[in-house]
Amino acid sequence: MSVLVDADTRVIVQGITGGEGTFHAKGMIEYGTNVVAGAVPGNGGQEVAGVPVYDTVHEAVRREDADASVVFVPPALAADALFEALDTSLDLVVAVTEGIPTQDMAKVTRRLSETETHLVGPNCPGVITPDEAKLGILPGDIFSSGPVGLVSRSGTLTYQVVDNLSNRGVGQTTAIGIGGDPIIGTSFIDALELFEADEETEAVAMCGEIGGEDEEQAAKYIASEMDTPVAAFIAGRTAPPGKRMGHAGAIVSGSGTGTAKSKIDALNNAGVPVGDTPEEIADHIEDVL
Amino acid sequence: MKLHEYQAKAVFSDAGIPTPDSRLATTVDEAVAAGNDIGYPVVVKAQVHVGGRGKAGGIEVTTDEAELHEAADSILGMDLKGYHVDRVLVEAAVDFVDELYLGVTMDRNEGDPVAMVSSEGGVDIETVAEETPAAIAREGVDPAFGIHPYQARKAVYDAGIGGDVARDVSSVLATLYDLWVDSDASEAEINPLMLTEEGDVAAADAVMNIDDDALFRQPDLAEMEEASYTDDLERKAGEYGFDYVRLSGNVGIIGNGAGLVMATLDLVDHYGGAPANFLDIGGGAKAERVANALDMVFADENVDSVLFNIFGGITRGDEVARGINEALSQFDELPIPVVVRLAGTNADEGMELLTTELVHVERTLENAVQRAVDNAEGKA
Repeated sequence: MSVLVDADTRVIVQGITGGEGTFHAKGMIEYGTNVVAGAVPGNGGQEVAGVPVYDTVHEAVRREDADASVVFVPPALAADALFEALDTSLDLVVAVTEGIPTQDMAKVTRRLSETETHLVGPNCPGVITPDEAKLGILPGDIFSSGPVGLVSRSGTLTYQVVDNLSNRGVGQTTAIGIGGDPIIGTSFIDALELFEADEETEAVAMCGEIGGEDEEQAAKYIASEMDTPVAAFIAGRTAPPGKRMGHAGAIVSGSGTGTAKSKIDALNNAGVPVGDTPEEIADHIEDVL
Repeated sequence: MKLHEYQAKAVFSDAGIPTPDSRLATTVDEAVAAGNDIGYPVVVKAQVHVGGRGKAGGIEVTTDEAELHEAADSILGMDLKGYHVDRVLVEAAVDFVDELYLGVTMDRNEGDPVAMVSSEGGVDIETVAEETPAAIAREGVDPAFGIHPYQARKAVYDAGIGGDVARDVSSVLATLYDLWVDSDASEAEINPLMLTEEGDVAAADAVMNIDDDALFRQPDLAEMEEASYTDDLERKAGEYGFDYVRLSGNVGIIGNGAGLVMATLDLVDHYGGAPANFLDIGGGAKAERVANALDMVFADENVDSVLFNIFGGITRGDEVARGINEALSQFDELPIPVVVRLAGTNADEGMELLTTELVHVERTLENAVQRAVDNAEGKA
């Protein structure tokens, strides 16, 4: 089993005619993902990466019976693309787009709360169930299937931790990159709920970073609701206050909220071991398996 | 993107929020002329992007021309927390009976905008938030609807502000919210909003930060951008388009992806070193970007050791290696030792390509960090 996506997930790509959209649609298909269509206004009737393109998401979903969408639409048009996706019956929308205005995302997540759809991202590498399907831009060949669920705010840090796990022969059920923006769809708690309900996920690796309180809230959830063991890594221990560390969401505010220490303490108090290094999170995961 | 106080006040004033009479001055003579024109007392305020200007000596109240001359002379040209002051705002001092705080920002935890009011204005609001959170009334707003008038009133009454002035303050808060939306702001604040004996309100300070990701649709505000950097390296990073933060250590760090670069900094610290910077070159990592990144860290006189940590996802290791080789080809010998760690897509091909006479190659992150820390300590 896995969460969110598997080999049967029927995927459309919004923005498939753009450079990134085409490149990554091909990459997803090569990985074995069941990409069934693209959706780009004004480009209906074309074929890109071997799949038909429709003018609207509705038509693509209806004609191809799609379950999920991956969004590569540029930031200025991305919110509209997300509203369009949320107006259909899709189970999952993965927003890869980086740089969507925060106020747009506030409106999108309000709408999201009225639907049953899972939104992952924006500004995220995507979701992968190894050997079955990847939705997004993750490098498929570093992942391997196994018992560990992975959730992370950062792309390349995810790859680092997966590498540490895969080098020991520890594979993954599903890896979810939730994205580094201040306002995102799927939170740590949402991802942890999915892994907790998944029978094959025997442990969860969680990679957080400075900024916001998502990790602290996740710690409360883990303490009260989870039986599946969790191990964590928090990036940004050495980050100075008031400086944005790359991600729009990765900032320790002047009043000291969002620090690595507050997150590590909250997780430790919830019984979650926090690795000092990416290698140590793999140690902790191996210990509990 | 941060607006200066004088810019934010112009935006607020255009929207109908009362602000005291003021003029921008770049010389002492201009400041004095402004004071004489406005009428004393006036406040002289340094226009730099730092908080706590008052405590740092960047704000002075003056009651006559001689005092204004002296204040403008001392503030213009001063170094305020690393920022050079080249402009002051000369503003009519408001005779106030009370100071309030009004603010609008995005509540990350709720994913919704929040409008805030406090009767404890005029002081650092983050201190108020920490010590007496109940003193700040907060009203979450549905971003699709915008703020309802009752919500603005409720926030004001909840903050303990009553009487005739409550209506005016509510109106300023609603206007501030609309401005926040229309400007794609991340923060809009008035601290303090002064209440006068006559029952008038005036925004004596103004803060407005614009969401960088929305500047494409805010051309008028984008034009106001005046990038200000505390040092030349941050300026350079801005020109190169890097996410860069200068720190105080001596291990220069270059990597791809914000989370991985942060983790690399943390590991340097974990192994006893001190990071000199955060530098994310982003995806792709073409030769030119690699060269620019190396140029940045080499230009930092604190740097004694450089660590390049690239985890190839979509970025391919062989491309990065070519970039590093090309960037380093201008050197016969490197000014400081460079450790390169490549992993992920095509990492093996990349490591074979690297000119190992110039750089030291490590396969694991831990070994690479240890090596770079040793280099910084002169052990290698």
